[in-house]
Amino acid sequence: MNSILEVKNINKHYGNYQALKNVSLEIPEKAIFGLLGPNGAGKTSLIRIINQITGPDSGEVIFCGEKLAPKHVDYIGYLPEERGLYKKMSVGEQVMYLAQLKGLKKNIAKEKLIHWFKKFEIESWWDKKVEELSKGMQQKVQFIVTVLHEPKLLILDEPFSGFDPINAQLIKNEILELREKGSTIIFSTHNMGSVEELCDNIALIHKSEKILDGTVSDIRKAHRSNTFHVIFKGNLIGFTNALWAGAEILEKKSVGDVHTLTIKLLRQTTPNALLEAVLQNAEIISFHEIVPSMNDIFISVVENKPALNTQSYFTE
Amino acid sequence: MNKLVLIIQREYFSRVKKKSFIIMTILGPLLMAGVLIVPVWLAMRDKTDHQILVLDHSGLFIEKLTNTTEIKFTYGSESIASAKLKLKDGPFDLIMEIKGDALNDEKTTPVLYYKKQPGISTEQYITNQMENILFDYRLQGDSIDIKKIDNARRQVQLLTLKVTEDGKDEKTNTELNMGIGFGCAFAIYFMIFLYGSQVMRGVIEEKSNRIVEVIISSVKPFQLMLGKILGVALVGLTQFILWIILTLVLQTAITTFLFKDELADKVKQNSQIEKVMKNDLTAGITKMEKVETPNEAIALFNDLDKVNFSQIIVCFAFFFLFGYLLYAALFAAIGSAVDNEADTQQFILPVTIPLILSFIIAQSIIKDPDSSMAQFFSIFPLTSPIVMMVRLPFGVPMWELLLSMVMLIIGFLFFTWLAGKIYRTGILMYGKKTTWKELGKWLFYKG
Repeated sequence: MNSILEVKNINKHYGNYQALKNVSLEIPEKAIFGLLGPNGAGKTSLIRIINQITGPDSGEVIFCGEKLAPKHVDYIGYLPEERGLYKKMSVGEQVMYLAQLKGLKKNIAKEKLIHWFKKFEIESWWDKKVEELSKGMQQKVQFIVTVLHEPKLLILDEPFSGFDPINAQLIKNEILELREKGSTIIFSTHNMGSVEELCDNIALIHKSEKILDGTVSDIRKAHRSNTFHVIFKGNLIGFTNALWAGAEILEKKSVGDVHTLTIKLLRQTTPNALLEAVLQNAEIISFHEIVPSMNDIFISVVENKPALNTQSYFTE
Repeated sequence: MNKLVLIIQREYFSRVKKKSFIIMTILGPLLMAGVLIVPVWLAMRDKTDHQILVLDHSGLFIEKLTNTTEIKFTYGSESIASAKLKLKDGPFDLIMEIKGDALNDEKTTPVLYYKKQPGISTEQYITNQMENILFDYRLQGDSIDIKKIDNARRQVQLLTLKVTEDGKDEKTNTELNMGIGFGCAFAIYFMIFLYGSQVMRGVIEEKSNRIVEVIISSVKPFQLMLGKILGVALVGLTQFILWIILTLVLQTAITTFLFKDELADKVKQNSQIEKVMKNDLTAGITKMEKVETPNEAIALFNDLDKVNFSQIIVCFAFFFLFGYLLYAALFAAIGSAVDNEADTQQFILPVTIPLILSFIIAQSIIKDPDSSMAQFFSIFPLTSPIVMMVRLPFGVPMWELLLSMVMLIIGFLFFTWLAGKIYRTGILMYGKKTTWKELGKWLFYKG
């Protein structure tokens, strides 16, 4: 798989504060790449380096096989987290200005803008002043400007903030469509639901360092903790006796003789052994492995704790 | 480069199209014309006619007070009580009563009765007249020949001549030079503040709108800053040129259509009055020798010819432009370091100190345009735009002028570079109150 962007051993200081410590990343072409991390971890610093807003102290960035250079800004689209528009300017003038700053010729910019405004059904906004638009409307305009020049690399920092669910879905679909057309997307967010939904790969930055990266499915698999969710009908005491030392019950809930349990298998106990134990005493209604969500993984990795906190779930 | 042009265009047109720009452009000349015309108009109004009834019991002043076009003296001998009745409905609006021995008794005070208070100038005219008359009487009383005193006095007028490079004499006019110097210096001072703060507000606007990060992902922060500074410079130039054109149009229109006749009359009258007053004031002390009273307006025009206007205009343009550019960069840096205009105070003050200092220094430079202090401050880049303009009409050696210009360009490059470093970091900082210490740290951040 070709990578569109390679970040190699980047270090960045602000005075005595080290914002990025030896960070390396590889972003495959046509991927949706989640750049995750708690507030202040260094995500924005990294994004700004990729956008050439600031430069690294050491390390290098390779874009499409070349060392990152000023000419590359025209191939990158960036939607910053802190974003806005000139309030007193009309929407039309503003989008034309921003499009031309990205290197588009005037007539081409106009053509593309009309296409997008039609697509989003917002042609009537062209002559309005930005301050007359609602926050969500402004975000739409901003999204158009970001993607207008069909960038090879699109960097979206919290793209869904300020959107209602309908428009958020609209933007999601656009992102997927852009990927189909060949764009690579770096997606920075705290919304782990959308990471699971959209991202192929992620990297997690914490305290200026990259502490985790890989494909979403690999990471989730790697963070399994041999925990299973079982619902059965029958004798609970018989069931727990059968398990004996092979497993630990993390959580249980009983309604009549229907029991719902979360079980962590210990040592060499296999799921099959668990099932055998259950089958003698009960009638299985449901049985599945609990794969940790990105949210759990995020919290556990950042807080350096196991993905499922056994203590807090233990109710015996 | 192309992107810089785009930024300049936006900065320029977004300002020029604003209502406030159009209003200021139209209002500016009206205000300026007002400043020029109102005093003339007021002067015309102020000269009200006075009919003064003089009741002189001392007899010293009868038929001796000189009438002017506005002030007419009539002499009477009735009692003050009956005269006051005349004040109510009669032709006189002022009555002056002089009691007792005005010549010898210092305590004798003439009294002026009025219904409507006369202006200071009228009162002064009357007291001047009376003092002169008393002066003459006293000299006569001591048997001193007035003519001898007149002969003893001699008015001295200093003719200042400048020796030019090729050894010729050139007449200069110190007041005129001062006027031109201060005028140019003030214009530069005013414009640096006006347009410098526009740059600052523009930067704050971009920062608080949160558009700045969107833009600097397409262009370098330095380009954005420079584009804004140059864009506003063009706005300033446009406004200045429009002001000059509109002011001239307005002035011509007003003088030709409104005040044409009156103004001509007044000019004639005023010069007459001045002559009369001058003669009167000096009459008792000096005999006005046949001193030529040259038409002052013509003399002024002659002096204007002597002023090196091409040099002044070129230097004005240069010092205005680079002075503005230097300060605009500093204002941009200030704008980038704060979140809103209210926080700018602590940073603006140190930036404005050199500007204000220049003006204070200018006062003493006028007295001694070639002192070492004048030389230093007219070469130091932060003060040179103002101080050099004050010195210039008095004549400045070419090497000093060139050094000052070179220093200003170097200063401009240095401060713009410095401002660029602060700007680059400042525009991405939100929510923190910036201190001077932090500003200093930003200078050492790597790009």
